[in-house]
Amino acid sequence: MKRKEVEVLEDLLSSNARAAAELKRRLLERGVLAVNLMSSPGAGKTTLLERLAERLAPRFRLAVIEGDIETERDAERIRAKGIPAWQIQTGGACHLEAKMIGRLWPELPAELDFLFIENVGNLVCPAGYDLGESLRCLLLSTPEGDDKPKKYPKAFQTAHCLILSKTDLLAHLPFDPERARKEALEVNPRLEIFSVSALTGAGLEDFVTFLLHQRQKLISPHA
Amino acid sequence: MHELSLIAGLFDLLEEKAGPYSGAKIVSVKLRVGRLSGAVPELLTTAFDMYKKGTQAEEAALETVEVPVRVRCRSCGAEFEVEDFVFHCSACQATDLEILSGTELVLDKFELEIGEEK
Repeated sequence: MKRKEVEVLEDLLSSNARAAAELKRRLLERGVLAVNLMSSPGAGKTTLLERLAERLAPRFRLAVIEGDIETERDAERIRAKGIPAWQIQTGGACHLEAKMIGRLWPELPAELDFLFIENVGNLVCPAGYDLGESLRCLLLSTPEGDDKPKKYPKAFQTAHCLILSKTDLLAHLPFDPERARKEALEVNPRLEIFSVSALTGAGLEDFVTFLLHQRQKLISPHA
Repeated sequence: MHELSLIAGLFDLLEEKAGPYSGAKIVSVKLRVGRLSGAVPELLTTAFDMYKKGTQAEEAALETVEVPVRVRCRSCGAEFEVEDFVFHCSACQATDLEILSGTELVLDKFELEIGEEK
């Protein structure tokens, strides 16, 4: 028997990266701002989307893709707001991959301003998969604790913006927003950080303004 | 734990690259795992051992080499290893850093055992 060494030097995520690059190209061509929302389960992604739907839908065309292990519940909540929504049931997988979004592409409306992709609730696995988004948005809810950025560095390091959610609970919790902010900025100094209560609406306006600005930059980058 | 889907991707790659050597046994596989790759070497090994059964790599051992996060400061040009995930330049405190390594999850190489008759 003789042995042969084969050098490969290829990333295991390269097929996802190719699918994501193709999606991104198509999204940019149509002028769609795609937002990948990530967080632990229960941090308030769907509730935030409900509020965004109310704020943005009167003036913009929105679509939502919901990723969950099981059930159609989140997509139903979004449809109840009059927004077209697709549910991806991963059947056990802990994250969305670009090819799952690619399969839905033919069904998405041709005319669209914002595509929100709500990832499977998980602070670890989704962070490894580019979905072709222009904006990666992480939610950290106050009941989770202010020590998360260093525990889940990949999610914080790859995000563009961070939303500290459920700020209406701050009075009842030991959560220190300054510590969360400081630690998140150590892991990722470019993070844009927002504090939002989807329940009372506090801070929502700042985030909406940010989203509108990001979309404006996308459709007229030289303006 | 998404290591199983990462390993599924590894086996797609192995199948493609070992294709020209059909019948040959894969005896070792070497992966480079960045500290910021989001994957855990130990779980990759577990997933690899689950996945390899009945494949060309059934008897292969997986070797994982951990890669630290290295960056270059775009302000002062310093290159250094990031410790404790603090992405500030250790020389000038600037925050505009280019990541040089540590995010990858790369199939470096694998080794085949080829029959004498070839």
